[in-house]
Amino acid sequence: MIMSGAVAGAGAPVQVTGRGRRSSLTRSRIRAAWLFIAPSLIVVALIAGWPLARTIWFSFTDASLDALGDYAFIGLENYLAHDDGGWFGILAEPDWWHSVWNTLWFTAVSVSLETVLGMVVALILNAAFPGRGLMRAIILIPWAIPTIVSAKMWNWMLHDQFGVINDLLLRLGLIAAPVPWTANADTALWAAVMVDVWKHTSFMALLILAALQMLPQDIYEAAKVDGVSPVRVFVRVTLPLIKPALLVAVIFRSLDALRVFDLIYVLTSNAKETASMSVYARQQLVDFQEVGLGSAAATLIFLIIALVVVITLAAGRVRLGEDPR
Amino acid sequence: MKRLARAGFWLLVIAIALFALFPFYYAVVSSFRSGSDLFTIAYRPERFDLSNYVAVFERQPFGRNILNSVLVSGSVVALSLGLGITAAYAFGRIAFRGRSLLLMTILAVSMFPQVAVLAGMFELIRAFGLYNTLPGLILANLMLTLPFTVWVLTTFMRELPKEIEEAAFVDGATPWIVVRRVFLPLMAPAAVTTGLLAFIVSWNEFLFALTFTLTNERRTVPPAIALMSGSTAYELPWGTIMAGSVVVTIPIIALVLVFQRKIVAGLTAGAVKG
Repeated sequence: MIMSGAVAGAGAPVQVTGRGRRSSLTRSRIRAAWLFIAPSLIVVALIAGWPLARTIWFSFTDASLDALGDYAFIGLENYLAHDDGGWFGILAEPDWWHSVWNTLWFTAVSVSLETVLGMVVALILNAAFPGRGLMRAIILIPWAIPTIVSAKMWNWMLHDQFGVINDLLLRLGLIAAPVPWTANADTALWAAVMVDVWKHTSFMALLILAALQMLPQDIYEAAKVDGVSPVRVFVRVTLPLIKPALLVAVIFRSLDALRVFDLIYVLTSNAKETASMSVYARQQLVDFQEVGLGSAAATLIFLIIALVVVITLAAGRVRLGEDPR
Repeated sequence: MKRLARAGFWLLVIAIALFALFPFYYAVVSSFRSGSDLFTIAYRPERFDLSNYVAVFERQPFGRNILNSVLVSGSVVALSLGLGITAAYAFGRIAFRGRSLLLMTILAVSMFPQVAVLAGMFELIRAFGLYNTLPGLILANLMLTLPFTVWVLTTFMRELPKEIEEAAFVDGATPWIVVRRVFLPLMAPAAVTTGLLAFIVSWNEFLFALTFTLTNERRTVPPAIALMSGSTAYELPWGTIMAGSVVVTIPIIALVLVFQRKIVAGLTAGAVKG
């Protein structure tokens, strides 16, 4: 405020010429604004909007990968078709529904675990202790390691014969015989959850920590003076106050987990039983060259994720974009 | 009681640190062991056998893969920042109609599942003649980095005090000069943060790199590591894979340790303030 007064005083001509000049300035700024965002908009339209539109279009055709230009419009047949007394298409495919289930299960379990553990880590990092900066760097390391590399590292650790996890658990007497973690469909998804938790808990923790550090300290001092138990303070004060930030973090992570590809593709070697939706779609698209079916699956994934976004936005908990500066 | 709580706290800290670091530590230990050594489990390094590190560069074009990754990620960062800063200035500092709708659209793109654009992107890259080339990957990766670059830079832009550009405008500067002379220097820290995030995203990208390249010479690091195979199909060269993993992870860990604060600021600016 003080600064703007000084500026206005120095630039006296503005006050003299008054409104006309200012609005022409505004108009030229708006023109500049469009010029400035045009390149980004064009690039985003070209590499995101257009490919998405083409994918949706392909989902109504029988295109195949080796002859992408040569296709016919077949309507909804890739999604669902009735023919010779049987149902065909993605929606009638048990493998698709299996991948949907795998993805939802993976998302629910890993995001829940990451939220709880992330909260614990955030509370620890919020306390003042020597080595806090180092600790924050340490938990960032799993996040920064390429997913493929972490999947391979864990693949090796989870190896059924020579893996260190089996060795540890055997030594501790927790298992009687080595477990083929990534080969068995039931344990493979748990293994994927474990790697995901290892990798992404720090993201959750850092977002929660940022929220914790913005909390007003006087509430806590007051609670301390009144002798309220820490658990009660956490449940009654901290949790409600960081709820918006927590929700944003959970949504971000969920959207990420719903499109999981790398981790499951590498950890479970592209197996059918453990495929996620993205793995399934790519398998149709690239491995089986069925661009039509693959695009139909990809479109469904897009719709599912869009639905999640719309529901959360409609719930009005998260306000995006519209905060006036 | 207080002592017990303190001990518990430190125990928890140590457990978390161990859990976070052990996989990488174990990869390093394994990378120094080769042959039948790998079939016994060791928790501590016994000797420093570098044969895996030699093998990873000799048996495949791993040096080339690293160079590819550096070229792709570097170009993606440069393009994202160049496009992102100008766009962020417009979004963050100028009120115009349709601003929040456009910003929302860009944010929505960053939530796109990659696989949803895969077929269309494949066609696009083929049409441009960029299949199995690095420019093809750069183009594809921009889809992942540009939206959040614009978004994060816009949130940083908004935080700068309003008075900054007013003085310049009063002196008759054009918007372009304001961006270049006033905001570019001020945005340097934010640009470093966003650039780092974009670099990490691009460095780690797998699905596009796997789908849009064909030959090993053109692959970036993630598909190169994922597709490493041994002499037989059933026997993976774990020692070499771990050596390769360690080689590409060390620079990333160095980045994280050096720029820890900046990365955290970028991650939280993208989400919390949204």
